[in-house]
Amino acid sequence: MTAHPWMANSVPAIKEAMLKEIGAPSIEALFEQIPDSHRTKHDFALPPALRSEVELRRHMLQLLAKNRSCEENLSFLGAGIWQHHVPAIVDEVAGRSEFLTSVWGTAMSDHGRNQAWFEFCSQLGELVACDFVGLPVYSWGCAAGNAIRLASRLNGRRRVLVPAWMDPERLAVIRQYCEPEGMASHIAVVTVAQDAATGLLDLADLRAKMSDGVTAVYFENPSFLGLIETQGEAIAQIAHQAGAQVIVGVDPISLGVLAPPPDYGADIVVGTTQTLGAHMSAGGGAGGFIASRDEERYAREYPTLNISITTTRNPGEHGFALSLAHQSSYGMREQGKDWTGNSVYLTAIANAVYMSLMGPEGFRELGELVLARSHAAAKRIASVPGISVRWGGGFFREFVVDFNATGKTVAVVNKALLAKGIFGGKDLSADIPALGQSALYAVTEIHSAEDIERLALALEEIVR
Amino acid sequence: MSGTPKLIHQARWNEPVVMEMGVKGRRGIVFPKAEGDAAALVPAGMRRRSAPALPEMTEHDVLRHYLHLSQQVLGMMGVSLFGTCTMKYNPRVSEALGLRPQMAELHPLQDDSTLQGLLEIVHRFDLILRELSGMDQFVFQAAGGADAAYTHTCVTRGYFAAKGELEQRNEIITSIQAHPCNPATAATAGFKVVTLMLEENGYPSIEALKAALSNRTAALMINNPDDMGVYNPQIAEWVKLVKQAGGLAFYDHANFNGVMGRIRARELGFDACMFMLHKTFGGPKGGGGPAVGAYGCSAELAPFLPKPIVVKDEATGLYRMDHDRPDSVGKVREFLGNLHIVMRAYAWARAMGADGIKEAADIAVLANNYMEKRLLAIPGVARSNPEAKTWRMEMTRYGLGPLKEETGLGVIEVGNRMTDYGIDAPWLSHEPWVVAEPFTPEAGELWSKEDIDLWCDVLAKVCDEARSDPEMVRTAPHNAPIGRVDSEAPEDPARWATTWRAWLRKRAALAQQAAE
Repeated sequence: MTAHPWMANSVPAIKEAMLKEIGAPSIEALFEQIPDSHRTKHDFALPPALRSEVELRRHMLQLLAKNRSCEENLSFLGAGIWQHHVPAIVDEVAGRSEFLTSVWGTAMSDHGRNQAWFEFCSQLGELVACDFVGLPVYSWGCAAGNAIRLASRLNGRRRVLVPAWMDPERLAVIRQYCEPEGMASHIAVVTVAQDAATGLLDLADLRAKMSDGVTAVYFENPSFLGLIETQGEAIAQIAHQAGAQVIVGVDPISLGVLAPPPDYGADIVVGTTQTLGAHMSAGGGAGGFIASRDEERYAREYPTLNISITTTRNPGEHGFALSLAHQSSYGMREQGKDWTGNSVYLTAIANAVYMSLMGPEGFRELGELVLARSHAAAKRIASVPGISVRWGGGFFREFVVDFNATGKTVAVVNKALLAKGIFGGKDLSADIPALGQSALYAVTEIHSAEDIERLALALEEIVR
Repeated sequence: MSGTPKLIHQARWNEPVVMEMGVKGRRGIVFPKAEGDAAALVPAGMRRRSAPALPEMTEHDVLRHYLHLSQQVLGMMGVSLFGTCTMKYNPRVSEALGLRPQMAELHPLQDDSTLQGLLEIVHRFDLILRELSGMDQFVFQAAGGADAAYTHTCVTRGYFAAKGELEQRNEIITSIQAHPCNPATAATAGFKVVTLMLEENGYPSIEALKAALSNRTAALMINNPDDMGVYNPQIAEWVKLVKQAGGLAFYDHANFNGVMGRIRARELGFDACMFMLHKTFGGPKGGGGPAVGAYGCSAELAPFLPKPIVVKDEATGLYRMDHDRPDSVGKVREFLGNLHIVMRAYAWARAMGADGIKEAADIAVLANNYMEKRLLAIPGVARSNPEAKTWRMEMTRYGLGPLKEETGLGVIEVGNRMTDYGIDAPWLSHEPWVVAEPFTPEAGELWSKEDIDLWCDVLAKVCDEARSDPEMVRTAPHNAPIGRVDSEAPEDPARWATTWRAWLRKRAALAQQAAE
């Protein structure tokens, strides 16, 4: 058979030369460790091989062509993955073969990658105003789960308070990390009500549920429903008085205009990295981070790999080396802090490029644009007869569109929108029944005024 | 065969940290001006008071900075026989496909009707993995191999909770050579970990396993072959014993490359297994993800899998995400997983085909045994399980213990010096080290005989240098972008700094201390 382009030693003469060199009678003989009874008699029925790139590419394109993307359609989906602009050089750098294929290496031979990782942490640290930032974890939900477990190790408590109207995806991950009831080390997840009038956390309910058994309060800014939680300081005070940690989840893309969580009392900050230059990729862009003050008692509980700036044997030269690696599962197996493995380190390099491009003014400008566009969109949508916006102000990027008065379900509306090439907002009716037929709409810098008008006209026609 | 290895020199750009770069007022990207007073839309007190201290650079300067950094990465640009990670070629055709809008610009909450191509890829690849393993259903939510091990611990909880045995079955058994993610995820999931030690033949004894099994056993989590290239011939009996004790058997298939096409996890009795798509199936390493741990299990465990599951309606030929799974353990990560990596793995499997996959295993095992012959001819190199007489699987663990005794220089110094010849430093071993000064090369099917010869020649050369010029080896690398780093400061609370702002603060504090 023709040698395979991805297998250098598939040339028969090379196989023979290697066999001869080691004195083995056949390749099959090399598998002598596998007992006969273990070997499959199965005749593998895989689809036919597409060895040529020309055939393979054609096949893959035919499959991908069955997808309808947010680029050729108009999408208002958010709720955990958001459509933001990805600058061209982000793809250029993240696609560099050196970064794409690096695996582990050393601090010297893979110096450039380690520096890029440090620059990811350093720039994110500026946005979230934290001195200690770990290398990324799988997702925002995983970061929140890790942070709650970290808090629990710090204060030995086993109950966490979270907002009632949380992203169901993230909440499901948090529940997983907190372990089901029946496990000895289960952390109870208790929800705190949100005020129907403001959408913000109900402080009376928070006080009622706070006790010296609570390890941490977790809330988000902006919240799942897009609202800017203005009571951060009061929440932190209530938590700290009870000896609980304050964990705040953020989307760092909002931090050019919103106050960083430590300003209102956060001890630990977690959030997404997807919006900082990662394509959505049907959720494959997800990434998360954990950050805090640089205090030893926190640092020694991090489950992440960490990279520290350091010196080298050449005077005046920087290097970047792993820090506190021994406390990870690589160093201590089941005694380690949760577990560590592959994560989203290539995405972290994309994130670093994105933050360098943005700079302080880019984040401010983008934040203001998202605020302006999303508020304008909310106002225009609310002008459609029968449709209202549940909370008309005080949000960032996302807002709740209320279809109750139209007599139509979100499912029906979204189906009609889809027929017009529009992906309507996430249907909230199953996740938050209290909101009835409502949907979560996301508007970012990629949406133009014309896009909003197109959506509004379509909605007018659909709910008429 | 042996040649004379040549030194290389990596790029050395003396690149500043990006936080020191730029000039106030420069812009890397601009956006349209917001209409109206956007700042007023932020509630009082929640507006950011001081701007983040990020660099202010042009687009061109940002690009050059990160290109310089990329050029200071050796990784796979030379020869990387990084064992346990199965270094493969990452087909660039798939990288290009990944950037097309029909992959990159998809939202996970889109209507199923708009994701038919992607769901079809997931389903087709699910069928390929079922065929390779004998399992009944795969999910791709886990974002790495360790996350797939975690998935198994979650499924195990769900399975025993449904049987009312969760509180009783609180132990997971593994072995000391299993990847740390197995005991670590078991512990994170709340299980007590029982670790079996190795016997002379390279694997734990049946008696040790029997002694560990009880009505508290929830699962066995084990890899096979191990990282030393030893295949446990008793593994089917192990699985039988675990099942008899009422536990579940999970096959960590991290080392699938040597056995693919020859064994099937389900036929050996395993209830579940895991494949790493970013190693065995050609996905890029990316320095550590985005990755996928594909988790597959038997029909008996399938109801407990994380949701949703991608299913095909045979009547209509349409694909959908099934969220209506009442026994599901929920989620291990948001959405469906790194499906852009699943897309790459599917493309890889199609390009290989059944014959290609088996040939890859053939070549991987042949290459390892060829390499073993060459490496054992180098004075100073020892081998794990030295008395074993059989051919090894796709990798072997070695040790530089003899060299260290002779010269005082071990695998760290040797690895650093190897990079001066363009060889990526070898993988050593997971903790704990059972072989002194361990290293674990794995040639796989990618690397040519010439590459393998070069690797062996470089190791031989560096071992010679350790004797003839030990100081030079001790202070290596000499041709890297930077000199050898101080790895003590990153462990010292007064000096570690994972961000530039922490470093500025600590540097100032240390300077003040010195002044006083």
